[in-house]
Amino acid sequence: MSIDTDTARRVAKLARIQVPEADLPELANEFSAILGFIEQLNEVDIEGIEPMTSVTPQRLKRRTDVVTDGNQPQAVLKNAPDAREGFFAVPKVVE
Amino acid sequence: MSDLSKMKISEARDALKKGDVTSVELTQACLSEIEKADALGAFVHKTPDLALDMAKAADANKNGGDLNGIPLGIKDLFCTKGVPSQAASGILEGFKPEYESTVTSQLFADGAVMLGKLNMDEFAMGSSNETSVYGNAVNPWKRGNSDAALTPGGSSGGSASAVAADLCLGATGTDTGGSIRQPAAFVGITGIKPTYGRVSRWGIVAFASSLDQAGPMTKDVRDAAIMLKAMSGHDPKDSTSADLAVPDFEAALTGDIRGKVIGIPKEYRMDGMPEEIAKLWEDGTAMLKDAGAEIRDITLPHTKYALPAYYVIAPAEASSNLARYDGVRFGHRAKIDAGDGITEMYEKTRAEGFGNEVKRRVMIGTYVLSAGFYDAYYNRARKVRALIKRDFENVFDDGVDAILTPATPSSAFELGSMADADPIKMYLNDVFTVTTNLAGLPGIAVPAGVDKDGLPLGLQLIGRPWEEADLLNTAYALEQSAQFVAKPNRWW
Repeated sequence: MSIDTDTARRVAKLARIQVPEADLPELANEFSAILGFIEQLNEVDIEGIEPMTSVTPQRLKRRTDVVTDGNQPQAVLKNAPDAREGFFAVPKVVE
Repeated sequence: MSDLSKMKISEARDALKKGDVTSVELTQACLSEIEKADALGAFVHKTPDLALDMAKAADANKNGGDLNGIPLGIKDLFCTKGVPSQAASGILEGFKPEYESTVTSQLFADGAVMLGKLNMDEFAMGSSNETSVYGNAVNPWKRGNSDAALTPGGSSGGSASAVAADLCLGATGTDTGGSIRQPAAFVGITGIKPTYGRVSRWGIVAFASSLDQAGPMTKDVRDAAIMLKAMSGHDPKDSTSADLAVPDFEAALTGDIRGKVIGIPKEYRMDGMPEEIAKLWEDGTAMLKDAGAEIRDITLPHTKYALPAYYVIAPAEASSNLARYDGVRFGHRAKIDAGDGITEMYEKTRAEGFGNEVKRRVMIGTYVLSAGFYDAYYNRARKVRALIKRDFENVFDDGVDAILTPATPSSAFELGSMADADPIKMYLNDVFTVTTNLAGLPGIAVPAGVDKDGLPLGLQLIGRPWEEADLLNTAYALEQSAQFVAKPNRWW
């Protein structure tokens, strides 16, 4: 499939990565090349095959639903670019 | 003694136990080598003070494990408490974890000493260590009389370079599509990716969670067995880690492989395979046969589709895993302009923090998971993945114990030589290794020869799930026959 610049722009937006308008045509070309490579998969007969969800047949373990951790807000916030009064600070979210 | 850093883990362990050497001496020898080796770009965060403290503690500890006092390098992908852990990305600039990954916790509990953090491709996305924010790691080997800098492979390029250049006794790596085995082959060392679930992924920066596994990169098979044992085991913090007993892998190394059935898959004989690689593969086959194994031609019909399936599944998982890098909780945050809201903050942060290959893969992943394309790409790839796994199950059901293939389609190439190439050309480096990640199987790269320019070449053995002990023993037999002893000439 050939990807156009509109699609490249939309994917960049969905991925929340700012891409300058001038870079979109090259990005679209790269996507087209990679998707072209991926499209070999269309040759495979997948009739009746279940998509793999887990490579090991084991059932995921469950643990008891109890609190095992907590009470360390300082450690949690230690690496934040902007932490204030015990919270992560971000630009205004609501309009 | 100036050659202490050249010791194997097994030799150092025995010397430490006998009292012939101390961990402090070993550690100082490695730190001194590291100081002289900046040209290799292997160690990107050095922790000499921490290392010496750990070494002193190891010397005082009479109850340490096999790795007590052994100086190791740790790939930057592992979170290490209080020590920068950036996954070689600008977006994790300044990040110092408040916790320790399970693997490094286990290594340290055994008594291992951390020398520092090792270079890698950004978020483990790459096959040449050229996507790192720290700059390239460089292969200690040179091609013939050429002075050109070669890649140590990727993504665990720093680990490969450090072990091959004797800057440490062993190193941790991680492998999502070949990132332990390809670099190990490029620098002439041993690297094993265990069965998916053998080693806890907790505290390792995630790339593609259904494919990622950590493993050791070492100077020989015995060292890989020793280190793998310390890294393995069930971890309640990783729900995919297997609740299975960890065998004594080293005890399995008898070198006796009589009666074992070794499969040679015809689909791995690629068009245009360099003659030297084909020859190496034949030589390895003959070595295993001489050691008493039965050689059997096998077919893995969906091999051709492994790389395209991987380049749907891995980017899809990466796009989801890397969504957490948004400039809110850790790492880099872009400066925003007046009027910018949170979306602009996300978009600018990720544009500044991620390198080009990471951006490309996150966007490909976003595309294949997006409405309207999910079935055509992502679900189809997961079905093909099921078929690839079934190929292996069929040959194992027929009695095959292990599969022998080349580890890489070439020897190490020049840094920068792929800069203008189509990204797919770089992806082809993983053509022999990626199948085991998709099928969750253990795979090991063993150095087995050199090419016409004197560069190391590796062979890969693929084993049955959970049978790393048997796989390591077959690798040990191959190692005994191949007698690979070449070392790079020091230029750094």
